Amino acid sequence: MKRREFLKSATALAASTAVAGPAIFSPAKAQSRAETLLIVSESGPNNLDIHGVGTNVPGYEVSWNCYDRLISHEMKTVDGKPYYDKNKFKMELADDMKLDDMSVTFKLKKKATFQDGTPVTAKDVKWSLDRAVSVKGFPTFQMAAGSLTKPEQFVVVDDNTFRVDFARKDRLTIPDLAVIVPCVVNSELVKKHATEQDPWGLEYTKQNTAGSGAYKVASWVAGTEVVLERNDAWVGGQLPKTKKIIWRIVPSAGNRRALLERGDADISYDLPNKDFVELKADGKLSIISTPYSNGIQYIGMNVKNPPFDNLKVRQAVAYALPYQKIMDAVLFGLAKPMFGAPANAATQVAWPQPHKFNTDIAKAKALMAEAGVPNGFETTISFDLGFAGVNEPLCVLVQESLAQIGIKCTINKIPGANWRTELNKKVMPLYTNVFSGWLDYPEYFFIWCYHGKNSIFNTMSYQSKETDAFIDGAVSAAANGDKATYDKDVIGMVDQVFADMPRIPLYQPYVNVAMQKNVSGYQYWFHRRLDYRTLVKG
Amino acid sequence: MGKLLLKRMLLVIPNLIGVIIVTFLLTRALPGDPAAYFAGPAAGKEAIEQIRIKLGLDKPLIVQFGRYVADLAHGNLGNSLSTGQPVLTELKNRLPASAELTLFGLILSILIAVPLGILAAVKQGSWIDHICRVVATAGVSLPVFFTGLLLVYVFYFKLGWSPAPLGRLDAFATAPPQVSGFYLIDSLLARNPETFRASLSQLLLPGFTLGIFSLAPITRMTRASMLAVLASDFVRTARASGLNDRTVIITYAFRNAMLPVVTTLGMVFSFLLGANVLVEKVFAWPGIGSYAVEALITSDFAPVQGFVLTMAILYVVLNLIIDILYGVIDPRVRLEG
Repeated sequence: MKRREFLKSATALAASTAVAGPAIFSPAKAQSRAETLLIVSESGPNNLDIHGVGTNVPGYEVSWNCYDRLISHEMKTVDGKPYYDKNKFKMELADDMKLDDMSVTFKLKKKATFQDGTPVTAKDVKWSLDRAVSVKGFPTFQMAAGSLTKPEQFVVVDDNTFRVDFARKDRLTIPDLAVIVPCVVNSELVKKHATEQDPWGLEYTKQNTAGSGAYKVASWVAGTEVVLERNDAWVGGQLPKTKKIIWRIVPSAGNRRALLERGDADISYDLPNKDFVELKADGKLSIISTPYSNGIQYIGMNVKNPPFDNLKVRQAVAYALPYQKIMDAVLFGLAKPMFGAPANAATQVAWPQPHKFNTDIAKAKALMAEAGVPNGFETTISFDLGFAGVNEPLCVLVQESLAQIGIKCTINKIPGANWRTELNKKVMPLYTNVFSGWLDYPEYFFIWCYHGKNSIFNTMSYQSKETDAFIDGAVSAAANGDKATYDKDVIGMVDQVFADMPRIPLYQPYVNVAMQKNVSGYQYWFHRRLDYRTLVKG
Repeated sequence: MGKLLLKRMLLVIPNLIGVIIVTFLLTRALPGDPAAYFAGPAAGKEAIEQIRIKLGLDKPLIVQFGRYVADLAHGNLGNSLSTGQPVLTELKNRLPASAELTLFGLILSILIAVPLGILAAVKQGSWIDHICRVVATAGVSLPVFFTGLLLVYVFYFKLGWSPAPLGRLDAFATAPPQVSGFYLIDSLLARNPETFRASLSQLLLPGFTLGIFSLAPITRMTRASMLAVLASDFVRTARASGLNDRTVIITYAFRNAMLPVVTTLGMVFSFLLGANVLVEKVFAWPGIGSYAVEALITSDFAPVQGFVLTMAILYVVLNLIIDILYGVIDPRVRLEG
C-alpha cells in the first residue's frame, strides 16, 4: 500500500467514524433535541385551563396550544413577518361556517377526536361554550364582549352541526369565537371529574388538558417546568413539526439572555428592551419585534378631580411630556410613537393612531398660566411595580419634565398585586398604564377606555356625551355594515378624545421575541403568546 | 434525655400557635387584593366580586381564621392561587430542593471555614490569618444574588465549564426516582452515575454562592473560640506535658472550641435558608424560598402562611438538634437537662 493512499483511506475512515461517532452514543438523544424546543420565560402557568379561576396569562398559552376552537385566523404578512389576519377566518374544529342574519351554523370536522380518542361532537361544543359563559370571572366577561352571554344561544342541531344564535347584531361576535376562551373541552371526560361544588370540572382541567388540540401537557411542575407533547391525531391544521416543547421557568432575565446566547435555550420573549436591542445588534439570534395590536401605553389623568379636571392643565401636561426621551432612553427605540403627528394630518379611520402633541415647554407654560395655575401644583404619579423595568424610568423622566412647568410630582410605586385594586378605585391623579385589547377594532378599545359607562379601563373616569354618541354610533354602524357612518363616527370619537385629552397616548409597545437562527415559524397573534404549532427547529 | 425532649416539645406548642395567628394577620394586613389580582386584566367590579366570593374572602376575618385553623387541623394548608397547587404538596416537593442546596452550601462552607479558622487561630497574625480575614469580609459583604450572577457569568457564560443555570437538572435529563428527594442521594440509590454527575454539576455554582456567603461567621467564630481555648490553662498543661501539637490542637483545643461553633452553625443554617430565596431566583432553583416570594408578590395568602409555618417548625427542630448536639459535645449540658 502506498503511503499517500494509506493516509487518504485513514482520514476517510477517521472522518466516517467521526460522523458516526455521536450517532452510536445516543442517536435518540440527538434526535429528540432536534425535535424539541426549549423555551425559557419569566413565569409559568398557574392553571392549564383558561376557564379556571384566576388563570394567568402564561396559562392562556397552554390553552391556545392544547385546545381547539371552532374557528381561528388566517395569517397575513406585515413587514415581512407572519401576522394574524383579523378579517380572515380559517376553520379549526369546524369544517364549514354558514353565516345567517341572526345566527351562524358550524359543521364539525368528522375525523376530529379528543386526545383520549373520543370523537368531538356538537354536544361537547355546546357544553364548552355553556361553561365559558357560566363560570364567571374573565372567561364569561370575554364572551360577553362578543354578545355571547346565555347558554340558550348555543344550539346542538345534530351530532355534527352546531349553531350560535345572536343576542343582537354585533360584529364582534364572530371574532370573539376565535379568541382563546371559547375552546372546546372533552365534556364526557371532564364531567366524570365534576362534583357538586365544581359542576364544570374546573379542578380537573386545572391540572390536566382535555382537548383536541395539537399539543397535550405531558408533565407540569408549577413554577418550574411545563412539558408538552405533540398530539399526532390532530386534525385542526397541519401537523406541527416540533414533537416536544420544554418550557422552563427562569426568573432571572440575565440568565435567560445567557442561555440564549450560549445556544442552550431556543426561544425567550420577556427580556428587558435593552437586552433585545443589544442582541439585535449582535446578530447571533433572530429577534422579531411587533407592535401590540390595539395596545397603547399612556399617561392617564383623573378628570373628575382638580387639578386635572381642567382641560388647559391636561393640554399643558400633553405639551410637557418628554416623548422622544422616553422612546430613546426607556424603550431603546423598541416601540411605535403615538405622538407628534403633523399638524395638518387628517384623522384616520384606525386605532391606534398618533396625536398631534409634541414636547413644547413654552406652550405648556402658557397653558398653565391660562388655566390659572402659573406656579404649578403638587401631585403624585403612580405606576405598577410589576412592570418597573419600563415604568420606573418613564415616570422619572415625566417627573423631571413636569417640574419645568411647575408640577411637582412624587413618584408612587404600587406593587403588582395592588395595582388593579388602585386602578379600580379611580382616585390616582396621574399614572401610567397599558391597555391592549384582543379584538382589534377601534370601537372595542373605546368602549373599554373612553365610554361613559365607566368600565375599569376608563381609569380617568372620563365622561363625554359626544364621545359616547360617536362610540355607540360606530358600534351599531359596524353591526349593520354601514361603512360611511362607521368611518364618520370613528373619526369623530378619535378627534373628540384627542381634544379632551383625558389620557395621553405615548407609544404602542412591542412584543419582542428572541430565538436561535435555526428556529422559524414564529407568528404574531392577538394574544401575543407563542403558537407552538408552526414553530420549526432546524 | 427523653424528659428533656418532652419538655422542649411542650414549649413548642405556644410558639406555633403564635406563629399561626401572626402569619394569618400579617398576610391579611398586606396591601393588595388577591381577588382583583386573580380576576384577570379585563375584569370589572362584578367579576372581582365573583372571584372574592369564590375565594371565601368576602367572609369576616374571624370566620376566615376559623376556617384556616380547621383546615390546618386536617393537615390542609390550602391552595396556592399563583401555582394552582395545594400548598402542602408544593412544600413537600420543594423543601428537598432547598434543603439539598442549603446543606450542600453549608457543608462546602464548613469544609473551607473550619480548617481556615483553626489555622488562623494557631498562626495568629500570619499571612494565613490575614487571608482568612479578607475572604470572610469579602464573602459576607457581597450580596448573594451578585455572587450568583458573577459565578454564572464567569463559569457558564464565559468559560462554559458549568451547565446552564436551569435548576436542579438539565432540561433534557430526567429526575431520579424519588426516595429522599435529594437528587444526589436518589441518583446514587438508583445507581445512576450520570444523573448524579448532572445534579452535582448543577449544585456546584449555587452551593458555592451560599458557601461563600456563610464563610465569614463560621471562620470568625472558629478562630475566636480557638484563640480563647488555646490560651486556657488545660492547653498549657497539655503542652507542658509534652503532647505534640496535633493532639493538643485537634483533640483538646478543638473539641472544646466546638460549642460556640455549633451554635453559630445553627444560626448560619437558618439564615442560609433565608438567603436561599435570592439564590433560588438566580439559578431557577425550584425551592421553597422562590415559591414564597412569588406568593408574596401576588398576595397569595396560603403559600405565605404555609411557608412561614414550615420555617417555624424547621427552626424549632433545628434548635432541638443543636441542643442535643451540645449534650454530645459537652457532658455538662446533659446534667442540667
